[in-house]
Amino acid sequence: MASTEADVFDRLGRGLRSLGAWIDDRFPMTKLIKEHATEYYASKNFNFWYGFGVIATVVLVMQLVTGIFLTMNYKPSSDDAFASVEYIMRDVEWGWLIRYLHSTGASAFFIVVYLHMFRGLLYGSYKKPRELVWIIGMFIYLCLMAEAFFGYLLPWGNMSYWGAQVIVSLFGAIPVIGNGLSEWIRGDFYISDITLNRFFAFHVIAVPLALIGLVVVHIMALHEVGSNNPDGIEIKEHKGKDGKPIDGVAFHPYHTSKDLVIVIVFLILFSAVVFFAPDMGGYFLEHANFEPANPLQTPPHIAPVWYFTPFYAMLRAVPDKLLGVVFMGSAVLLPFFLPWLDRCRVKSIRYRGWMYKVSLMVFAVTFLTLGYLGLQQPTPPVVVLCRIFTILYFAFFFLMPFYSRAEKTKPVPARVTP
Amino acid sequence: MAESTGFTRRHFLTVATAVTGGVGAIATAVPFALSFKPSARAQALGAPVEVDVSKIELGALLKVEWRGRLIYILRRSPDMLAELKKDADLLRDPTSQDSTQPSYAQNEYRSIRPEFLVMEGVCTHLGCAPAPRFEVAPVDLGPTWPGGFYCPCHGSKFDLAGRVFTGVPAPTNLTVPPYRFVNDSTIQIGSDTENS
Repeated sequence: MASTEADVFDRLGRGLRSLGAWIDDRFPMTKLIKEHATEYYASKNFNFWYGFGVIATVVLVMQLVTGIFLTMNYKPSSDDAFASVEYIMRDVEWGWLIRYLHSTGASAFFIVVYLHMFRGLLYGSYKKPRELVWIIGMFIYLCLMAEAFFGYLLPWGNMSYWGAQVIVSLFGAIPVIGNGLSEWIRGDFYISDITLNRFFAFHVIAVPLALIGLVVVHIMALHEVGSNNPDGIEIKEHKGKDGKPIDGVAFHPYHTSKDLVIVIVFLILFSAVVFFAPDMGGYFLEHANFEPANPLQTPPHIAPVWYFTPFYAMLRAVPDKLLGVVFMGSAVLLPFFLPWLDRCRVKSIRYRGWMYKVSLMVFAVTFLTLGYLGLQQPTPPVVVLCRIFTILYFAFFFLMPFYSRAEKTKPVPARVTP
Repeated sequence: MAESTGFTRRHFLTVATAVTGGVGAIATAVPFALSFKPSARAQALGAPVEVDVSKIELGALLKVEWRGRLIYILRRSPDMLAELKKDADLLRDPTSQDSTQPSYAQNEYRSIRPEFLVMEGVCTHLGCAPAPRFEVAPVDLGPTWPGGFYCPCHGSKFDLAGRVFTGVPAPTNLTVPPYRFVNDSTIQIGSDTENS
């Protein structure tokens, strides 16, 4: 009996192997798996900060899947949109879960991506040779902002409506072409059915396509240069006799099995929000959005969803329409130049001087504070604080070429430390 | 003979083909870009609207819609009109030089008849609807507040003629749309004697 069973599995194995060989003759399957998983070597001393890239990928897949199922019941017209979302929430079987996964996923995406970017700042992941990895990542971030903005109009709630009104009007601040440009984006003289319909097209087709393409390019560029690590040293510089980095372990199975744990921890926290606090006290789903769009009534307190509020606070800090938009726009674009603003050769914060450590901590506090201020009513003390922290935000970038050159660094070890 | 540049007939044809193809690609993009403009239907939905203003109480605000834009019609009391003369030094553009309004509304009341203010309830900053705050000197807006409109989005302030305050993000006064009095009690928004 036993020998027959072994025989069956043996034959199955041979069959699978020849199927693999057949595919490999026609498509580089094994080659891709080796390059990107079983023979992709990443540092063995990764800490939890290195889990957010994987989590972001998981969230992206979740947003795509839940998004596809939402479009099956959603109607992108100003007459039907709000009601169709309520229909999904009340009448579609499990519709509430699919929608809450999608809406919570949007906020989770930004939390994860902000932490992922902060990891880059901590360990100098944007520095040579990973400049393009960082820049492609910034493009992903821009796409994500566009995706979130377009998606936010779709429920056609009152905050959706006025949020879109404000953001589209931002383009109106550009001299000469501004008003024509806003009209061109809206396709109408106000935010209307036409605007909703085209934002739907952007949200479900155009931007996701760009996003997926950029994520693929981001990972390809990363795997070309190799992952950074908490020590900020190049593991490729110390290879064993077999030509593999001594401090690296294969992405699969070693990093994947560890990432599985990280993803499970994330999903536990994520589910807790989805099931127990899907609107997060008005931060993930704003209260004003539970009433339909009303072109005659701006909500008494209008603020974008939390992930845009740091930039929104800067917009409010400047008492001039065009300059406000310029400040906000450049705040979003400045991180693109990080690889060249930072003149320090040492990558990891572990071996950098006090100047960068202090600057980075001040920057982190600044970003969070601006995020908080952007949620508050624009009373005079709030506006003053917005101005102070806007200056601090820009100072982090503009002073970087000076303090990063001047700072005293510690010696960097040749090999990774635990 | 001068040294050859290495530029051959083949190079020329390659460049010429690429340029021609590029021009074609740009030309093809034009219809797609233009399809984004307001459609013929969207443009046609801009007809004038008539509003009966005789029933508005003194000091009350009526909101109507024209071309999808919010229009405020405020019936100002004599007190409100008197307030307008006092606040000139709070304002960025008190005589409406840099603002948008028909010539018949470029006066100290920004209206045809002082009593009725007709203007777009669209903040000139980023398009929110400024909220009516007609009480004088409330706690949150400070002791100098003469009554007017306060934009909840970014804190822009306007007086009872829609004139913008200094030190706020909105650049100009609230826009006055074209309008006319059809008779003593009816206003028509979207047409006037100048441009009809």
